[in-house]
Parts: sequence; C-alpha cells; structure tokens
Amino acid sequence: MASNASHDHPTPRLYWQIAGALAVLTALETSTYFIEFGPLFAPLLITLMLIKFVMIVGFFMHLKFDTTLYRKFIWTGIILALACYMIAYAALAEIPAGVGLA
Amino acid sequence: MSAAVEETTLGLDHRKLAMWVFLGSEFMFFGAFITTYLIYLNTTNGGPGVELFDIPFTSVSSFVLVMSSLTMVLGHHAHEQGDMRRMRMWILATALLGMVFIGGQAYEFTTFVKEGLTLTTSPFSSAFFVLTGFHGAHVTVGIIILLGLYSLSLTGKVKKDQHVKTEMVGLYWHFVDVIWVIIFVVVYLIPSG
Repeated sequence: MASNASHDHPTPRLYWQIAGALAVLTALETSTYFIEFGPLFAPLLITLMLIKFVMIVGFFMHLKFDTTLYRKFIWTGIILALACYMIAYAALAEIPAGVGLA
Repeated sequence: MSAAVEETTLGLDHRKLAMWVFLGSEFMFFGAFITTYLIYLNTTNGGPGVELFDIPFTSVSSFVLVMSSLTMVLGHHAHEQGDMRRMRMWILATALLGMVFIGGQAYEFTTFVKEGLTLTTSPFSSAFFVLTGFHGAHVTVGIIILLGLYSLSLTGKVKKDQHVKTEMVGLYWHFVDVIWVIIFVVVYLIPSG
C-alpha cells in the first residue's frame, strides 16, 4: 500500500525550533557583509548555506522521514547541476585571456 | 474525488513521486542559470555590477521567504490533523509572505533599472535578471497554487483526508525557498564580500 501518510512527521514545536535556527543562520550569513572574516568568508557562507539546505529539505520537506528513493532523485539533480557548473568552468579555463565573454 | 491512494508497483504515491522527479529536474534547471551567472559575474561591460546589491534589504527578503516555509509546513501539519480552519490560515499566511517577497523583488528590480542595470546592459545583468526573474516566476506560480488550494479548501473540494495535496504544494514551496537559500549566498553574499 502507498506509504505517503505512513511516516512520522516532526511536531509543530520542532518546526518552530528549526525556523528559529534558520533565522539565526540567515542573520549569521548577513553578518558576513558587515564583519571581516578574511579567508573564512566563503567557506563559512557555504557551510551555513549547506546547513540551511539540509534543515529545510530534511525537516520541512520531510526527506529525512520519507523513502530513500526521493532522496536519490534530489541528489541526482544536485550532482548533475554541480557537474554542469564544473564542466562549464573547466571549459572556460581553456579559453585564452583576452578572448571571450565580455 | 477519492483521497485513497492506489496501490503502485513502487508502493509509493505516484503524485508525490512525480513531484520529487520534477524537483530533481528543477535543481538542474536552476543549476544551469547559477552556472551562467557565475561565469558572467565579471562581464559588466563597464556598467553596474554587484556593488548595486542592497544586502540588508535582500536579507530581510530571505528571512521572509524562510518564514514562509515555516507557515507552509504548519499548514500541512494542520491538514494532516484534519484542522482545515488552521490549515487555511497558515496557507494564506504563506501566500502573503510570498507576496511580500515578490514585492521586495519588484522594488529591487526597479531600483536596479533606475541605476542603469537592465536586462541588456551586460552579460552579467542578463544572467542576474534571468536567474532571479525565473526564481520570482516560480514564487509567483507558488502563490497562485497556494491561493488555489485555499479556495478549493473553502469550497470543500480539498477535503480533510486529502492532505497529500497540501504536502505536494508544500514540497514545491519549500523547493522555491531552498533555491533562494543558494541564490542568496552564491549570487548576492559571496560576490559582494
């Protein structure tokens, strides 16, 4: 039988807690615009972004509680998107300086 | 219409499965636009670039969209509990927060155009407007779907036991939010740093 309603979902209390954490993480992201983080700037922002991503997809989209098949679809999309970016970037790196996009 | 889910070969609801496949393809869709934006980031043709971004303003927009994900998931939870009045309240709140976000984007676009950053100013501006414009279009479609769900619920066409419909709308809405989480960092914050 279909299992769409069979998984256990978090409680509203947990949803509020996650939203609070997301608000704090967004504030932290914004703080990088005003505070100098030096070489940690980009890695910090990417880490915060990934934490927010996992929280929304895992809890709000219930991926943490659903079948792993849905997870595979999402990962396929993300991996292909990243592959697209890396291939495009690698191709552009082959273009000599002065030739190009501007 | 019956809310019962037919038995399938995968043991999963086909509608929900289709939604996840669709969302997987949407990641590739936005991945391509984000890639294009990053490639053209420095090709401003002497025109305005990332210095025009108003990070505090965009941060507030991001906060609004993140909070709309909370109201959406609370609406879905209320539907699962069979509390249709509360479900409608949260769905309407989600749509309103989405409208605030779109209003902010319209203001931002208008400001950029006044400052000389238009769709055709440079490869950078084209990539920026196409990426954020497509995201805005997705939010707009989400608002229309939310208002449709609200109306159908009011007229009794979406019933207490049909919470999978709210769940699918929620999946789409959270996806739109999660894409903005990426755009906010990759498009706005990192280039502005």
